[in-house]
Amino acid sequence: MNIHEYQAKDLFEKFGVPSPKGRMAESSDEALKIANEISGQIVIKAQVHAGGRGKGTFKNGFQGGVHLSEDSNEIFSIAEKMLSQTLVTHQTGEDGKVVNKVMVAEAVDISKEYYLAILMDRDSESPVIVASTEGGVNIEEVAESTPEKIIRESIHPLAGLQPYEIRKISNKLGFEGDIAKQFGKLLKSLFKLFISCDCSMVEINPLVTTPNGEVLALDAKFGFDDNALYRQKEIATMRDTSEEDPREVAASEYGLNYIGLEGNIACLVNGAGLAMATMDIIKHYGGEPANFLDVGGGATEEQVTNAFKIILGDSNVKGILVNIFGGIMDCDVIANGIVNACKQVNLSIPLVVRLEGNNVDQGKKTLSNSGVDLIAADDLSDAAEKAVKAINI
Amino acid sequence: MSILVKPETKVLIQGITGGFGGTHAKLSLDYGTKVVAGVTPGKGGQTFEAQVPIFDTVEDAMKETGATVSAIFVPPPFAGDAIMESVDAGIELIVAITEGIPVADMMRVRSMMDDTNCRLIGPNCPGVVTPGTGPESSGGCRIGIAPGYIHKKGSVGVVSRSGTLTYEAVWQTTQLGLGQSTCVGIGGDPINGTSHLDVLKLFNDDPETESIIMIGEIGGTAEEEAAEWAKDNCNKPIAAFIAGATAPPGRRMGHAGAIISGGKGTAHAKKTALKAAGIAVAETPSEMGSTLASIL
Repeated sequence: MNIHEYQAKDLFEKFGVPSPKGRMAESSDEALKIANEISGQIVIKAQVHAGGRGKGTFKNGFQGGVHLSEDSNEIFSIAEKMLSQTLVTHQTGEDGKVVNKVMVAEAVDISKEYYLAILMDRDSESPVIVASTEGGVNIEEVAESTPEKIIRESIHPLAGLQPYEIRKISNKLGFEGDIAKQFGKLLKSLFKLFISCDCSMVEINPLVTTPNGEVLALDAKFGFDDNALYRQKEIATMRDTSEEDPREVAASEYGLNYIGLEGNIACLVNGAGLAMATMDIIKHYGGEPANFLDVGGGATEEQVTNAFKIILGDSNVKGILVNIFGGIMDCDVIANGIVNACKQVNLSIPLVVRLEGNNVDQGKKTLSNSGVDLIAADDLSDAAEKAVKAINI
Repeated sequence: MSILVKPETKVLIQGITGGFGGTHAKLSLDYGTKVVAGVTPGKGGQTFEAQVPIFDTVEDAMKETGATVSAIFVPPPFAGDAIMESVDAGIELIVAITEGIPVADMMRVRSMMDDTNCRLIGPNCPGVVTPGTGPESSGGCRIGIAPGYIHKKGSVGVVSRSGTLTYEAVWQTTQLGLGQSTCVGIGGDPINGTSHLDVLKLFNDDPETESIIMIGEIGGTAEEEAAEWAKDNCNKPIAAFIAGATAPPGRRMGHAGAIISGGKGTAHAKKTALKAAGIAVAETPSEMGSTLASIL
């Protein structure tokens, strides 16, 4: 799950991670009001999840999703040109994203930029703090070209962040005196936020020092553990479904795991590993998968029907491959689900079905007696070959 | 022989009174597995299916029944605690089926297990099966949610991060007449108890296991580490399959651990590492069994 920049800023404020003054506005009047509260240079930023905002273009012709000004009236007119308008960046695709909110904040002078992140590391099975004196740039490139400039500190999962670890990182970043003290406080607060909110990642790039002697988080990127959202009610409400693929949003409402792709052969599979492998085998036989879709181990007829509806909502889809290995699940139940779904959605594109497992003979009988026009397959290779062939006729 | 569990292994089930746990406890009993106890706090003294006593705590269940393995079917918010209870009670092996346990909980569980002799399989896994010699492989030890009837007692060790892909491999080796020594689902979460490498070592030392199928997927580097070890140390033929060659980077493909991040954990990198270690990589999931057969 992703959150907006202004929401990240709210979390920072709640946990005491210092960041520039400012907040979110949903109207130009609000933007003006916030601008008037802040003196000096002001930055206004369109709030969409996509990156590349600064270099983006609005469909109304206005250039750039990030602007600087000292004049609050100018902030008002910039907000007018951004709000309710569609911003296209290199990450949004041609359709762009509608900007419903802007963030208005103090533009701070920067002495030096740093990098600071905490992530859940699967290798060490612990939180890891990553820091660097090279901030404001792509950290993966830094790690590649100058790995010695990356500081990594594993934190014991039960002991948590210790003062000596903070001192160690602070020293390596070259902080001294009051700046070191401020950094220590910031890192402690950030670690508390990371643990309290079940984050999978929090990245501050850049973390800056200012000529006034402050240490501030200038931009932040968060990742949250989806498994923990049940106990993170506040975080869960930050989800902005307008930023997500509508098919994925619909699928998640039905308890289905769907990821839209670019191809034209849709697949419906039980089990995540098998669903990935089904996409792979479509590609292996020269086709392109249109999606990842795992209906889970205990799929019901209703879920299968909903899955068909979501698949068919993608206009690129020219054929469907259903691949079910019914271990415990009765293949006949799945077969009935497929038949009813086909009838409900008036299926008009080729459908290849591969069923295997529990009660498979009855399932195959149900499919062949149903009158539904489908192509039966013996195994997964056969199914993929038939699906690729069917859409190329 | 087999690895981890044998037909006579005594199993307790945490969460036996839930719908999911109950269904699979019954299937395991039907398979012939020695399910000797259930544990549900507050339901001690009751009986499951008129034959399995239920206890309030794992400690009581172990003392009364001699169970050495616990299967976890407890819902995600309570699963980490359930695992810790079993670790604390001194059980030998825990098989955690539960999907959706918060990563932070698993991290604490793993850290707590550091100084114990307890082994954890999973979470988010189909479990462990050592097939028996009865009809449809019954009489063996089935812990978890795998369909028993697809197995056949035999010589292939199967280790996998995915449930349904394990079933594919099992079914293929059954149809080829090879059968399985033990099948281990290690689970699809980013932090789990037992790795591909751990299971390869066990298979390598097991006289009954003559060959191995290893199934991996995108995310992490566990497959590469297993391959690196196998190259010089494993004296049994290995066939492998890696899922996720077409998965887009940065997206979680159903399993919490199946994600390519920062260009790491791609199917291509894994296949390359496996091939470099002399492991036969099946190009499609339909060919896992036949790829193995071709190198025997």
